[in-house]
Amino acid sequence: MQKGFALAATLLAAAVVVFLALEVLPGDPAAVSLGTGARPDTLAALRAQMGLDQPLPWRFGSWIGRLVTGDFGHSITYGTPVAQLIAQRIAVTAPLAVAASVLATVVGLPLGVLAAARRGRLADRAVRVGSQVGLAVPNFWLGLLLVLLFAVHLGWLPAGGFGGWSDPLAAARALLLPAVALALPQAAVLARVARGATLETLQADYVRTARARGLSRSAALWRHAVPNALGPMLTIWGLQLAFLLAGAVIVENVFALPGLGRLLFQSVTSRDLVVVEDLVLLLVAVVVVVNAVIDALQLALDPRLRPA
Amino acid sequence: MARTLLAIALVGAAIPAMAASAKDTLTLGMVLEPPGLDPTAGAASAIREVTYANVFEGLTRIDRDGAVQPDLAEGWKVRDDGLTYTFRLIDGVKFHDGSPFDCAVVQFSYGRAMAPDSVNAQKGLFEPIAKVDCPDPRTAVVTLKHPSALFVFGMGWGDAVMVSPKTAADNKTHPVGTGPYRFTRWVQGDRVELERNPDYWGARPKLSKVTFRFVADPAAATSAMLAGDIDAFPIFPAPEAVDQFKSDARFAVHVGTTEGKTLLALNESRKPFDDVRVRRALAHAIDRKALVDATQSGFGAPIGSHYVPGDPGYVDLTPTYPFDPARARALLAEAGIKPGTTITIALPPPPYARRGGEVIAAMLGDVGITAKLEPIEWAQWIDQVFLKSQFDATVISHTEARDLDIYARDKYYFNYNNPDYRALYAKYTLSTDAKATTDLLGALQRKLADDEPNVFLFALPKVGIWNAKLRGLWENDPVPANDVGGVSWAD
Repeated sequence: MQKGFALAATLLAAAVVVFLALEVLPGDPAAVSLGTGARPDTLAALRAQMGLDQPLPWRFGSWIGRLVTGDFGHSITYGTPVAQLIAQRIAVTAPLAVAASVLATVVGLPLGVLAAARRGRLADRAVRVGSQVGLAVPNFWLGLLLVLLFAVHLGWLPAGGFGGWSDPLAAARALLLPAVALALPQAAVLARVARGATLETLQADYVRTARARGLSRSAALWRHAVPNALGPMLTIWGLQLAFLLAGAVIVENVFALPGLGRLLFQSVTSRDLVVVEDLVLLLVAVVVVVNAVIDALQLALDPRLRPA
Repeated sequence: MARTLLAIALVGAAIPAMAASAKDTLTLGMVLEPPGLDPTAGAASAIREVTYANVFEGLTRIDRDGAVQPDLAEGWKVRDDGLTYTFRLIDGVKFHDGSPFDCAVVQFSYGRAMAPDSVNAQKGLFEPIAKVDCPDPRTAVVTLKHPSALFVFGMGWGDAVMVSPKTAADNKTHPVGTGPYRFTRWVQGDRVELERNPDYWGARPKLSKVTFRFVADPAAATSAMLAGDIDAFPIFPAPEAVDQFKSDARFAVHVGTTEGKTLLALNESRKPFDDVRVRRALAHAIDRKALVDATQSGFGAPIGSHYVPGDPGYVDLTPTYPFDPARARALLAEAGIKPGTTITIALPPPPYARRGGEVIAAMLGDVGITAKLEPIEWAQWIDQVFLKSQFDATVISHTEARDLDIYARDKYYFNYNNPDYRALYAKYTLSTDAKATTDLLGALQRKLADDEPNVFLFALPKVGIWNAKLRGLWENDPVPANDVGGVSWAD
């Protein structure tokens, strides 16, 4: 119940901020649409058509009122319902973020644990150097490299674009390279965090005690060190997911994917106020909810965090 | 960096076999996605680049060379006083939804554009029209308030296309016209798809399906072309990658012209730009050839007035202010401008402005003017520079064809406000004699070159790359368009 209120308050605060920020931003959608052909009469007519001639508090109130009833309104530039627009874009960005997240976890976690278990040896050094490179390589550049190899040179995968899920195989092919490009830096972060957290628990007193009592090295690792290292990893993982949603904008650009990031960028450029406001609020909601879920998971994992 | 990588990747790349000769579909690349698909309700070029001559048609049209041609009107007669135009409409034309095209549609379309609540971005085109009469369904009689030298030309623009009364309100999301291709779907953010109109009144279009794909990133555009995902990129966003396509037999590089008059626009209501000596000094300070080489990979012709080579009546005024820093410094001194004077140049996002601004700032520095560069968004440019005139100088390309009228307007962002020019322009637009019209056109260009309200830089080029087997795309851009009606694949 308390959490629900906190969520609503956060969203309302975000709504006020994004609404006012867009008001302060110079330029409005009517002026952008008419461009250098704009004349005072056509500008006034278009502003009236878009509802921009209404007073500020009234516009804010009607927006919030609509949202509460589940109506996201219509995009000013596209003319289509924002809900439909966002749904189309989520169908690109969500699978992309999930695929990248899974890929990063599957690659990053085992490598991090491996490096911790083999501390100072070849495997450790390889993972440390590899993750350093993975962090340093910007994902747009990695995306370009992947496109050059797999699309231009080998011709196995498309160089970009996304025709929708009506052809699931084509859709999966279109998302494969972007997911890899997005996953690599995440995998590098996860590997480093996993290594650090595992090492720390490996040196903890209870693990030493367990080893002293005859537990094998690998049993100590899997029974004690890894489960206890999951906490910090989960935190990072939650942060990364939020980053993936917003940060996908660069990868979406390189692969010409119609995702949420590009929608946000485009609608800020064209001053499509309704879309920007709805979308920012949605992203805030996602981040808040993801963080709440991570918190709950932490509590479940670690009894020490629970209130006495 | 991207270029080096591309070069590496191309070494040893097997040239994949091109599609079979029976290909009858086309995928075109565009940088910007259109904001809606109704050319009568928005200024964006991208709207026209998808719909003009493909989905929508007007009474007249502009052809690939910029000349006016009959379209839905098979011909017209002008009465001697230049006030009455009688258009003979083509028989049996139907909109994509089956509704008929006749004179009532002409009345509706022009009436909608002229109405008080009209949101037509070029409402001014319709300003001369007094009324449209329909003596019979196949004849439209348009009466003007005053003669207008550019009337049939204007009626060929995307803003003046014919729209059906039944569907006009939905054209933004579902365009319905009379053209050779009809709209099938729009995957927002990614593509618009058109298909052949089997009931088209004119020659049967050769392609069965046309897809417009939107790729904003220059590197992504290059990859998509190299991978064969896109057949043609008529306005290619990465001039630096052009050489690579030139040396590849699969592609053809086409350099054409546009109507884009690229200017260093100056705000005459601010000092020191109200002084013609200062404006002339700036014109002498800029080496146009070097600017074109640095920002456009050498494509694009220098201009000396607000008119581009190739348009009817063009006068070459580029020798008016030759590159001469010493003369520029002398003029500035004469005007009392001290070395180190600072001006701010607002730069909208297009590369010609952002890259051009850097080069111009360096050239102005050589004559003692410190140019502060202010990169701004497009929406900001429209608001602050265009609508509110809050600027010193800006780099901008005016892409509307034959728009000498902007210097005659009461209020326009660079605040030229010259009564002599205005009188000259009124004489030009009222002229009904061909010879006199051409002479006046020359006089207008000379007047602008003399006053130099803005520093005229160069005509924006159109650099396109397309599959070497593709035939019939427009090389030039006399109006924003990708007319695919006559496009086909060679065997």
